[in-house]
This record gives sequence, structure tokens and C-alpha cells, in this order.
Amino acid sequence: MSHDSKASPAATASPEDPQAGKLGPGEERVLPSSVKQTSVYVYEAPLRLWHWTNAAAILVLIVTGYFIGKPLPTVSGEASDHFVMGYIRFAHFTAGYILAIGFMFRFYWSLVGNHHAKQLFRLPLHRRDWWREVWFELRWYLFLEKRPRKYVGHNPLAQLAMFIFITLGTLFMIVTGMALYAEGALRGSWQDTLFGWVIPLVGQSLDVHTLHRLGMWVMITFIIIHVYVAIREDIMSRQSIVSTMISGERTFKDDDPL
Amino acid sequence: MEPIETFYDVMRRQGVTRRSFLKFCSLTAAALGLGPAYTAKIAHAMETKPRTPVIWVHGLECTCCSESFIRSAHPLVKDVVLSMISLDYDDTLMAAAGHQAEAALADTIERYKGNYILAVEGNPPLNEDGMFCIVGGRPFVDQLRETAEHAKAVISWGSCASHGCVQAARPNPTRATPVHKVITDKPIIKVPGCPPIAEVMTGVITYMLTFDRLPELDRTGRPKMFYSERIHDKCYRRPHFDAGQFVESFDDEGARRGYCLYKVGCKGPTTYNACSTIRWNEGVSFPIQAGHGCIGCSEDGFWDKGSWYARLQDVHQFGIEANADQIGGVVATGVGGAVAVHAAVSALKRAQVKRQSSANREEA
Repeated sequence: MSHDSKASPAATASPEDPQAGKLGPGEERVLPSSVKQTSVYVYEAPLRLWHWTNAAAILVLIVTGYFIGKPLPTVSGEASDHFVMGYIRFAHFTAGYILAIGFMFRFYWSLVGNHHAKQLFRLPLHRRDWWREVWFELRWYLFLEKRPRKYVGHNPLAQLAMFIFITLGTLFMIVTGMALYAEGALRGSWQDTLFGWVIPLVGQSLDVHTLHRLGMWVMITFIIIHVYVAIREDIMSRQSIVSTMISGERTFKDDDPL
Repeated sequence: MEPIETFYDVMRRQGVTRRSFLKFCSLTAAALGLGPAYTAKIAHAMETKPRTPVIWVHGLECTCCSESFIRSAHPLVKDVVLSMISLDYDDTLMAAAGHQAEAALADTIERYKGNYILAVEGNPPLNEDGMFCIVGGRPFVDQLRETAEHAKAVISWGSCASHGCVQAARPNPTRATPVHKVITDKPIIKVPGCPPIAEVMTGVITYMLTFDRLPELDRTGRPKMFYSERIHDKCYRRPHFDAGQFVESFDDEGARRGYCLYKVGCKGPTTYNACSTIRWNEGVSFPIQAGHGCIGCSEDGFWDKGSWYARLQDVHQFGIEANADQIGGVVATGVGGAVAVHAAVSALKRAQVKRQSSANREEA
């Protein structure tokens, strides 16, 4: 059984013991399909809301950010009749704030939320069995394992990827983004007080712009991998993935203990 | 030792009327962004304070800072050089030469120990014991260290002294090094720019003489009064940027209409300087007004950030020169391709497993 299942109180309700754990009404059920599917409540509502808000914010940030660096073709007419870059930048900054506030909320939720909410912020790096599971998952993605394992929350490889791309990646984008925003907010603004040190640390403003843009490409790469793996796992693994982030319920496709 | 004259004494001796003197004080106050009340303060300071001696040394540089400085309009450089500061040593501007000049330098250091301001134009090369820049028969770095030892403060004129500029650009064969990395125990004011704006230079000096303290500096040591905002923040073409009206290429319709130069690589959005407010040559113009983008000359390492005509800077870490979009595009395409291949293999595997399991079921 996975590390995650062992460590989590919810996971003691793994399918072979349907009565264990407090799952709430209707969360442990037999679905009317040929294969028995059981479910566990994994992602709480605030967390799911954060996920989709965050996804929307990132989407807006990437599209607007791309056009801030490489603006759309020139519009003709009077300057006073248009505000194209103005609106694009406004959308970028607004989405940026949503991302940043969402990130702070997500950290708060890792303190008060359930066991799975902690996964994005706490990696059990010291645990050998966790690393073994990372290795196992790598082998699964390299087609070297025939049968995937069951996980209630993220599998360890996914957890590692989430931590690098979402926790560290978002933090990097927030810090560099706020530093760039502080340039427009001017010296003495709270953005400048909190994040202005980033620019001399990196070198100069242009360097921070470049890093921020490279960060955008990292996020694009992450989205490609994330969406692909989520859909693939939904089909090939033994638990639900995509629907779990909508309903919060993780369903399992079989009753096998391992 | 005769008492040192005050600024006012000197100005009167120069034939400057009291009226002109007060006019100068109010102009200086305005140039420094101070309120009208400061005019009297400046006048009082200049009437009572002895002139501050300035030693101006030149390392690896092109003298564009001096060229800019002597074109200052407000205050007129004549006022600054002849009246306000006692420019005791400046090998480019001074009349003396050779041993006479070196004697003047030694004399100034001895006489005003701890009280003079050291203005550095250019920077010292450190490779080969500094042999790439010789002043008076000795490496410039030695002269810099000696003059800095007893200085009250150091002014780093221009991008050379502040950041290294062109002589420190990759691969920097002489190891030209900005002043603050050689002199570490003195307050240093960076006045970057290639060259800095004349009024900024005289403004900084006037502030220091009038108030007898350093101007307020930002995180990187630049005076806040001139380097707090980017060119972009005060650019008169900014409305075209916000509207999304850009020069797509030089000499196009947008260029004729004076649209924003962002797309042809203007570095205004990443450059801290006062060009868009003070402008150049008595406020006549500045690069963007002349139809060319800002090249970011007052920013650290502006020679090594890729083309002046491209929006995205070059990234050298990969051995080849590429910008963020090229690198990101390659990575994203590569990962996208890998995902497609992985998906195809996954589908094949799944089909294989399904066939096997249905075969197993049939056997059973």
C-alpha cells in the first residue's frame, strides 16, 4: 500500500475496509458498474475552488503576459480611442493578485484543511519509502510497471512535481511579478517595500523580466504535462483523477488491496 | 593657511550680482525638486559654507561624462566649476599638466584630508596589476585607492564607474571593475548613464554642497531624486503604449506618427533615469523624442543584454544566444512532442492489455 494511504486517516478507509474512517454520508458506496468502485472524499470544496480559480488565473496570466512581452499589432486612430495595452495589463495584474491571494489562501488551507491539503507544502523527503514510491511511479510512466498503484491523494511523483511547479513555481512568479509591479507602483509603495529587493538581487529590471518570462514558459510546460497526465491517469490508473477535482470524491475502479 | 572662501564670496568675486545669485539658488532648488522655501536655505548655505574641494579622477572612460557635465544648463557648469566647487584636480579640465598636476593632487589630499569629495569618471582595470590604465606613470587603480582613502564621499560618475559599462562588457579582457567593488569603505553615490544627464550631475553636487550630506539613495546607491522612475513612467509616448500603438519597424507609419517604440526594443520600461523629464541639452530632446528607443545606458550591463532593437533580452546560459521565448518555445514544443509520443505508447499498451485480458476471459 502506498505511503499516502498509510499516513492518512482518510486512507485507512481504503477499499478493502469500507467501514473504516469517517467519510460522511454517501461517500462510501458501490457503484452500479461491472467493476466495484469505492470512493473517498479527498479534495474539500475550498481547495477545489482554489484549484479552478488558480487555473483560470494562470490561463489569463499566460495569455496576457505573452501579449505584454509581444504586443498585438498596432491599432490605428487616436491614442485616446484605445486602451489595448492598458486592458491587457489590467487583466494581468488583476489575475496576478488573484493568483497571489489564492496562493496565500492555499497555504492557510494546508494548515487547517485535511491531510491531502498539506501535500503541496510538505514533502516527506526524509522517508525512504516515499522515494521508493517516486521511483515506482517513474517506472510506471516509463511503461516498466504493468499495474499502477492506488493512491488516495497525489501519488508521490505527482506530489513532487506539484511542489516544484505549483508551490515553488507560483511563488517564483509571484515574487518576480510583484517586483516588476513595484516598478510601476513606484518607490515607497508596499509592493516596493516587500518585493523591490528582488531587482538588484537579480541584476537589473530587464533580467527580472526575462526570468519572469522564462517562468511563464515553465508554467506552460507544466500545464501540458499536468493536463496530459491527469487525463491519462483518469483512463489508465485505478482511481478517478479529473472528476475528483470537480466533486472532491476519489473513486476506485477495483477492490484489490494493493 | 588662508581661510577657504565661501561659495558666495567666490561668486561675488566672479562678478555675479546678488540678484543672479538668488536666481541661481531658486533654479537649483527647482532642479532638485525642492520647495520654494529651500531657495533661502540654499542661499544661506552658500553664503556661510566654505567651498568643498572636489578631486575628479579619470580611469578607463571616454570622457562623455565630462562632456555632458560641461553642458549643464541649470545650474550652469560655469557656476558649479568656478563658484560652487573648488575643482582642485581634474586632469581633463585643469590647466596644469604633468608633475604640476600631480603635485596639485597631493596638495589637495593633504590639505583637505577627510573633507573633499572624490568624483570618479571611468573605472579601474584590475588585470595585469592595473596596467591597462596608467595615470601619471602609475596604474589608475593606485591613484583611485590613494585619493579615496581620505575622501569624505565618492561619486561614481556614469555607467563606467557605477556598473562597468562597455569596457566591462563580455568578455571584459582588462577586468574593468566598477568603483564600488574596489572602494568598499566609503559612501558611494552612483550616477549612472552613458553619460549621465548634465543637470543630474550638477544637481547631485549642488545637493551635497548645499546640505552637506549625501542625497537619499535607493537600494543600488543611486540618488532617489533622479533615479526613482523609469523612462517609461514619464515618457511622453506612454499614451501610445497604453493604447497599443507601436512602431513596428523604423520608418513605418507608426514611426512617423510618433508611436511607442516598445516593439523596436525601447528599454524605457526597464531603465531608471530622468531623461524623459529633464531631457538633454537644456531640455531640447532625448533619444525617444528623436525617434529612437532608449538603449538603457544607465542600467547595469546594458551592453550584454542582447539587441537594443529587440524586446526580449538574450540568454547566454545555453551556449547559444537565445531569448526567453525561443528557449521556452523549444521546451514547450519538446514536452508537447514527448507527451504525444507517450500518449501513443500508452494507448498501444492499453490496447495490448485489453486484448490480453479479453483473451484470458475467453480462455477461462
